[in-house]
Amino acid sequence: MPAREIRFRLNGSERRAEVEDQVLLLELVRGLGLAGTKLSCDMQVCGACTVLLDGRPVSSCTTLAIEADGRAIETIEGLADGTALHPLQQAFIDKFAFQCGYCTPGMIVAAKALLDELPRPDRATVRRWMDGNICRCTGYETIVDAVVAASERMGGAK
Amino acid sequence: MNADRDARGDRVASTDSDVRPERDVSAGIDVERAGTGGPAGTSAPRADGVAKVTGAARYAIDLALPGMAHAVVVRSTRPHARIVSIDRESAAASPGVLRVITGADLLAAGLWPYYGHIVLDHPVLAIERVRYQGEPVVAVVAESKREAAEAADLVSIEYEDLPIVVDADEALAPDAPIVHEQRGERVGDEGMDQGEAELVGNVCAIARVGWGDVDAAFATADVVVEGEYRYPMLYGYAMEPYNALAFFDQGDLTVYSSAQHVYMVRRDLARMFHLPHARVRVIAPYVGGGYGTKSYTKIEGIASSAAYLTGRAVKLDLSVEEAMLTTRSDSSHIRARSAFTKDGRLLARDFDIVMNSGAYTDNSPIVNSKTANRVFGPYKIPALRVVSRSVFTNTVPGSSLRGFGAPQGNIAGELQMDEAAAKLGIDAVELRLRNLVGPGEEIIPGKRPIDADLRDDLRCLATALDWPGAEGHAVGLGVSASDAGAYPTSTAAVRIHADTSVTLFTGSSELGQGSRTVLGQIVATELGVPLSAVSVVSSDTGVVTYERTTGASRTTTVTGKAVQEACREARRRVRQLAADVLGVPLGSVQDGPGGVRAKGETLTYGEVIERWFGAGGEVLAHGAVRRAEHFQKMPPFWEIGCSGVRLSIDRDTGLVHVDRLTTVGDVGFAINPALVHGQDAGAAMMGLGAAVREELVYEGGQLVNPNVVDYRVPRFSDVPDEMVHLLAERHDGAGPYGAKGAGEGAGNTIGASVASALGRILGVFPHELPVTPERVWRLLRSRA
Repeated sequence: MPAREIRFRLNGSERRAEVEDQVLLLELVRGLGLAGTKLSCDMQVCGACTVLLDGRPVSSCTTLAIEADGRAIETIEGLADGTALHPLQQAFIDKFAFQCGYCTPGMIVAAKALLDELPRPDRATVRRWMDGNICRCTGYETIVDAVVAASERMGGAK
Repeated sequence: MNADRDARGDRVASTDSDVRPERDVSAGIDVERAGTGGPAGTSAPRADGVAKVTGAARYAIDLALPGMAHAVVVRSTRPHARIVSIDRESAAASPGVLRVITGADLLAAGLWPYYGHIVLDHPVLAIERVRYQGEPVVAVVAESKREAAEAADLVSIEYEDLPIVVDADEALAPDAPIVHEQRGERVGDEGMDQGEAELVGNVCAIARVGWGDVDAAFATADVVVEGEYRYPMLYGYAMEPYNALAFFDQGDLTVYSSAQHVYMVRRDLARMFHLPHARVRVIAPYVGGGYGTKSYTKIEGIASSAAYLTGRAVKLDLSVEEAMLTTRSDSSHIRARSAFTKDGRLLARDFDIVMNSGAYTDNSPIVNSKTANRVFGPYKIPALRVVSRSVFTNTVPGSSLRGFGAPQGNIAGELQMDEAAAKLGIDAVELRLRNLVGPGEEIIPGKRPIDADLRDDLRCLATALDWPGAEGHAVGLGVSASDAGAYPTSTAAVRIHADTSVTLFTGSSELGQGSRTVLGQIVATELGVPLSAVSVVSSDTGVVTYERTTGASRTTTVTGKAVQEACREARRRVRQLAADVLGVPLGSVQDGPGGVRAKGETLTYGEVIERWFGAGGEVLAHGAVRRAEHFQKMPPFWEIGCSGVRLSIDRDTGLVHVDRLTTVGDVGFAINPALVHGQDAGAAMMGLGAAVREELVYEGGQLVNPNVVDYRVPRFSDVPDEMVHLLAERHDGAGPYGAKGAGEGAGNTIGASVASALGRILGVFPHELPVTPERVWRLLRSRA
């Protein structure tokens, strides 16, 4: 298989990697030790593998690594500032917005993309935006609570 | 939203009951309000919180070892066939391949090639015959997963097809193809509750419950309701698919796995490799969803035999599609009759249940017996006859899933209460109230009396749902009581360190239910130390103490009690050391928060330990519970289900819209109210998925929707407009501080509730779940 060099920004750091064409973005980030991004459905419907590519949420299970060439990748590991949690991460803890935690990295990353675009979403908007992320444990309501609480904490203007 | 909830809660509370709106679901520790003298009773933040929100939490699927090889499974394409030959030459010669393994190889290597905690009939890899489409036949082990997958495509298996049977009723016919001509050895112990031993044809297990003269009672009845009911086959979709990483070191086996019950898996693996239990170590790190689907052995035997035969560490991780071909829940088909007097008293109930249990025994006998125990409901029933048969078919093996027989039975038992109410002209809540047992009354002779106030729970549920509903909506609700907790064997160990911090060892797995948090809260409360000084080590058979299972909603109640016992023993030991150190009689040493009081002195645990040892040291104590004292009567507790829905339908499309879903969490005492809330919400949403959407569909012997596009689970857009969770805390459980289990009950009645609400709208009660838009539309047309 032909390999080529790609350059990208990963959670704020300039990186380069030799990847074969068929390598998935999920495999790239997990291969670099960032195991927070999870594989589940493997067909782009569950959202567990969500990462941000130039700020847009994508399913890394069905995105090729070479598509990240020259772009910025953000994963769950990039949200906290050292030991200081991102307001979304803190809100997920405060509102018990996860149980097993397997969907949580993708869920938080998808919510970050929402708040970056719409700082003060109402509950209906959160539900609509997050519909591509499946959680089997919580019944979803506490996740909506957490996203709304985080948006308030971040002082998002309506 | 919260304001709405509180407003509704106030209305409920004013009925002079013990049921209250949920306590705040935000994290917080208010020891004073909890009333236990410690953090037990508060919504303490999750012990695994930071790990899970930062992506740092490691699940079995994330683990790797240097030099690790990868296995890929070749699965049967036939639902029932004799294996004529397996051509593995080209696969074995493929780049990177270490070994291509068949069931015959395991036999040749002298391994015990079957597993099963009740009946040893499940081959690790098929031997001579396949019994369902998707059954593992060959394992290809290679240096990389890609090389293993490429080689797997080169394996060629020749089959000779055998007649198949997919429907459980057809499997009971005298001329049906037989799935198991020879039965596996029965290895279940007393706690397996496995039913009758003499089984013929395709019957996997039979359970019977009954008393009184049922036929005579039906003969005198004023009103009889009768019907057939069906609950679908379901896939639990734990989002982390089954996976295992196995290796041998000096002949000792270690397996990292996504298993719920590490000790049950250890038993199967020890038998397989003829190893003593002490030389098999099964470790479950964080588990990405369980819900019963990860109970008992799944693929650990494949990974371990691959490690054994290659001498390498071997990782096997399944896709979701493969997980769907590994375990599902048993579906039910129930023929039911209920007899009433004209004033609505139950005279008799009669249930003939057929469970489709798939190709292997797995946990189906227990699910079957639980269905029999849970189908008739917590009512006073003078005469009862339940016969439940678990039946082998050429389909994916059935096993545990949240609720465990309760939702499968509830659809018949509860829906008949609604149908009878309609026929009798009695309000359906009133009809239930007339028949429900009171606290302390038995529903099964000789079993633990009901440890709940079901009438109060139901009244509160009805109020919260605005029973009996308004124009354009209909309300459906129901109750259930599950014999939960499993066999109450549990142990725990606490280790108090010389700095007064504490490590708890427990065999219970953290599935997300919050075991590390709740058990830590119990330790902190019992020992009088801050929660931040407690660490919980769990689910590693090489390190932690024995735990029978992490299932049946038992951890808080049963394990929690073992943890309490361990803490009491630790305190006793510290008092003894203190008496030694201070030179006083043991009786003069008193417990204090985080230490002891004696001779007017207050000493922390650490001070006692260091003074006794001279330098360093620790105290280690063990706690055990068994089927004795407060757990003598089975079950250890009754798990109550009391929930319902308010819904409407779109008459053009048949789409069901649930505008309110309400649960009453009758948990005795909520050691962590926010975690109880999470269990109730999660169970209810799973129940709703099964009620309106989820079903594994077979065409012939082929599962036609083995992926999460075609098998659709609830999403954000499926959440009811309002979710209302109430808590009933009457301290009536056998667990710590009067707690009893949650996690399954809230979902058990949702299927029947949805069907009964639809019945009120449609004028005909749907007897088959899920009530997909198509089914609703057809019912609408049939009434038009």
